Amino acid sequence: MLIFDQSRTGRRAQAQSPKRAAQIDIARNLLREDDLLLPAVSEMDVVRHYTRLSQQNFSIDTHFYPLGSCTMKYNPRACNALAMLPGFVGRHPLAPAKTGQAFLSFMHELQTMLCEVTGMKAVSLAPMAGAQGEFAGVAMIRAYHESRGDSGRSEIIVPDAAHGTNPATATMCGYKVREVPTDGDGNVDLAALSAVVGPQTAGLMLTNPSTLGVFERTIEQIRQVVHNAGGLLYYDGANLNAILGRVRPGDMGFDVIHMNLHKTFSTPHGGGGPGAGPVGVNERLKPFLPVPIVERVEDAYVMIDEVQRPQTIGRLSAFMGNPGVLLRAYVYARMLGREGMRRVADFATLNANYLMAKLRRFGFELAYPERRASHEFIVTLQALKSETGVTAMDFAKRLLDKGFHAPTTYFPLLVPECLLIEPTETESKQTLDAFAAAMKEILDEARTQPELVRQAPHAMPVRRLDDVRAARQLDLRWMAT
Amino acid sequence: MPFIPHTDDDVREMLAECGVERINELFDEIPDSLISKSLSAIPRGLSEMEVSRLMHDASRREGVFLNFIGAGAYEHHIPAAVWQVATRGEFYSAYTPYQAEASQGTLQVLYEYQSMMCSLTGMDVANASLYDGASALAEAVLMSVRLHKSARRVLLPTALHPAYRATVRTIVSNQGIEIVEVPYCRDSGRTLLDSVKTELSTGAAALVIAQPNFFGVLEDVDALTELAHGAGVTVIGCVNPVTLALLKPPGQWGEQGADIAVGDGQPLGIPLSSGGPYFGFLACRQNLVRQMPGRVVGRTVDLEGKPGFTLTLQAREQHIRRSKATSNICTNQGLAVTAAAIHLSLLGAEGLRRVAAQSHANMKRLLGIISGIEGASQRFDSAYFHEAVVVLSVPAQTVCRSLLEEGVIAGYQLGAQYPELGEALLICTTETRTETDLQLYAAAMARCLEGAPQKTKVT
Repeated sequence: MLIFDQSRTGRRAQAQSPKRAAQIDIARNLLREDDLLLPAVSEMDVVRHYTRLSQQNFSIDTHFYPLGSCTMKYNPRACNALAMLPGFVGRHPLAPAKTGQAFLSFMHELQTMLCEVTGMKAVSLAPMAGAQGEFAGVAMIRAYHESRGDSGRSEIIVPDAAHGTNPATATMCGYKVREVPTDGDGNVDLAALSAVVGPQTAGLMLTNPSTLGVFERTIEQIRQVVHNAGGLLYYDGANLNAILGRVRPGDMGFDVIHMNLHKTFSTPHGGGGPGAGPVGVNERLKPFLPVPIVERVEDAYVMIDEVQRPQTIGRLSAFMGNPGVLLRAYVYARMLGREGMRRVADFATLNANYLMAKLRRFGFELAYPERRASHEFIVTLQALKSETGVTAMDFAKRLLDKGFHAPTTYFPLLVPECLLIEPTETESKQTLDAFAAAMKEILDEARTQPELVRQAPHAMPVRRLDDVRAARQLDLRWMAT
Repeated sequence: MPFIPHTDDDVREMLAECGVERINELFDEIPDSLISKSLSAIPRGLSEMEVSRLMHDASRREGVFLNFIGAGAYEHHIPAAVWQVATRGEFYSAYTPYQAEASQGTLQVLYEYQSMMCSLTGMDVANASLYDGASALAEAVLMSVRLHKSARRVLLPTALHPAYRATVRTIVSNQGIEIVEVPYCRDSGRTLLDSVKTELSTGAAALVIAQPNFFGVLEDVDALTELAHGAGVTVIGCVNPVTLALLKPPGQWGEQGADIAVGDGQPLGIPLSSGGPYFGFLACRQNLVRQMPGRVVGRTVDLEGKPGFTLTLQAREQHIRRSKATSNICTNQGLAVTAAAIHLSLLGAEGLRRVAAQSHANMKRLLGIISGIEGASQRFDSAYFHEAVVVLSVPAQTVCRSLLEEGVIAGYQLGAQYPELGEALLICTTETRTETDLQLYAAAMARCLEGAPQKTKVT
């Protein structure tokens, strides 16, 4: 039942509104004439309704989420509680810097910590999500070339395994997208890359470890090919959790990177956001960083803007990105410390390789059986599909019945019937064992009762939904009847 | 090990399953030269008790102020239930609802949110949110250019939030889109209709109308909309959602209504938090739905015919269309939107109307008191909502510094962005300001201006 269906004329949560104001002083032609259709319900109605809705969700707090490339690790509660302290949530974004010195000092420290852990020279916290970080990164590449009068560079190269945001970002920055294929071992095809780079190349966007769950072993050669052609190297930080504290994108030769703090730094996904996508750069891209940036001037922390950074690509939001998310990431980084950060990569990698080995022993086919897993790996169900008709989608839905969120399915696009599995470092061996056992059960079910799997899920609040109808007979809002 | 549950026995057994002796061996595909050294610039880890002490001390140090700045972020009362329910782990730590059957909670919240935004804006469809108001406006501008056959020129009023104008420029400039600014009238603070007319005559894809505008002034939205539509130009309304409880919504501007409505959802239950996370909303007319960026939730049925919710129209999005998507956007502001849906349900139409009316009434009252202070006067003579520009006989900075000493944040200084307005402050009152607050503000300002050499008033 929708909250609107619970409305009763005349009912409202009276404690939540001020007294009726005196006559307002605005001309009739500027005023609203129709009724505003919001729920007319009591406070308890609201609390019950949304609490009940929450119970129809999977979440990290209730379920294991082996969701490849999404890094669904535990979100420590302290990060939320401390970011919501009154001194932080009550501050207006345009209040004088003097009233936010503690907050600004934390942002400054966060910039420094992110520089150190990624090996970059400077960081801007401005981008509000990974895709906005990508936008900022590619816009900086463009600004860099233009500042040198190098205006013929019109293409961004993207591997075929890349996230969809990479090519979409390149388009938003006015570039043509050129794809390069992957070789049989899951690496970028170096020969193909060498063939497509040239004076038209603005840069290459790369995820390392890649979305195929393997480390690009030829990263040094890739770097040389791109740099020799005058292009820049962009690091998509989606998989930074795999190498946090162990390998730094700056040391790999990347010129510009973005990080997803809602992945690697454990800020909540919140059912789809908010995120935070800080960007890091090497020395030559520093002047182009998006503003604002926090700097320490004498004894005070201040926000640097367009005036102090005339070459900046500009502003990406009305204020300074998502400070509440950044504060959560700051608390997380302080709790991990330098030792804890290194353990992230170690245990994320251990968990992935353990789960991969176990699933292989249970009879699952790996996409890259000869390779180590990074923090994630790919199982392909193509053979199972030919044998039983059960698809990766069916398999994923059946996992929901067993109490596990589905892995990422059908991504990357080049591995057929794939499940991209990322356990993260915060899950215990016992959870991984239970997940592997559920995978094995479904494998058996696929062979003995394929219809059971193909009709899954059976134990969710709804059965499989009609997506075609959703797109053809659009019903995007409640309407009064 | 913080947040890593492995025991020594676990690690031993897991390494054995992997067929290696040490974790290091799992990294043997990475060239040795790339393995990083100690991260010396990162401090050692803290326990929760230690970090908690650090943050509590810091929060207290920031202090408590009586705030009179709006300028795009507004201090409204937020019911306690909003964030207590929104930060339940099942909302807080859930992923994007791609697995619909396991995400009916989030999906239904988003559907309800979309419904509420449609009603507020008077539009047919709303997406499930964008990052913030400024970036939502940039997305609307891109949408309008996609809709237009040829024009790549968009008109923004100078009386639109300066940071919104800056953000739009950053986001659209690489696609060869020209931004033209339309000036405002120095007396009324409203966008000049004649200038709009002139700019429209040379071709444009869209006209942005801010209501209220950055000065808190109410624009003649009907006339502006008619001018733009008369020239075949898309109208983008940039609005504060709280004001829509009282003001005519974009969907009813002019004869046909605006085509797209955007704005920042922060006033709907989101704390100020130094600037975010807030959320942007974008609503439009039904026929534009396939050009809309961002996630959208639809109601459908399951295979037993039972109603349920799912993400829909995904063929517009980056994970399907890649380089041909309507935007690169992936994330929305799901948790902030969850809070907004709860907030709007708690206030209801009557509650939101009272919030809007009281915010407006407080500004009227404050301007009334200020009019009795020598050296301070209201800058524009038009109707306002809950913000206004006040010009001062002394430097605005002096007044701000002086009031800050008394624990009052006096307003947003307009000098850097609008030097033509002189020593001007943009001030705001919401329903949270009491009569005592207003008196305290005016008294502090009067003390500051008393005895100051009087400049000729700018009129």
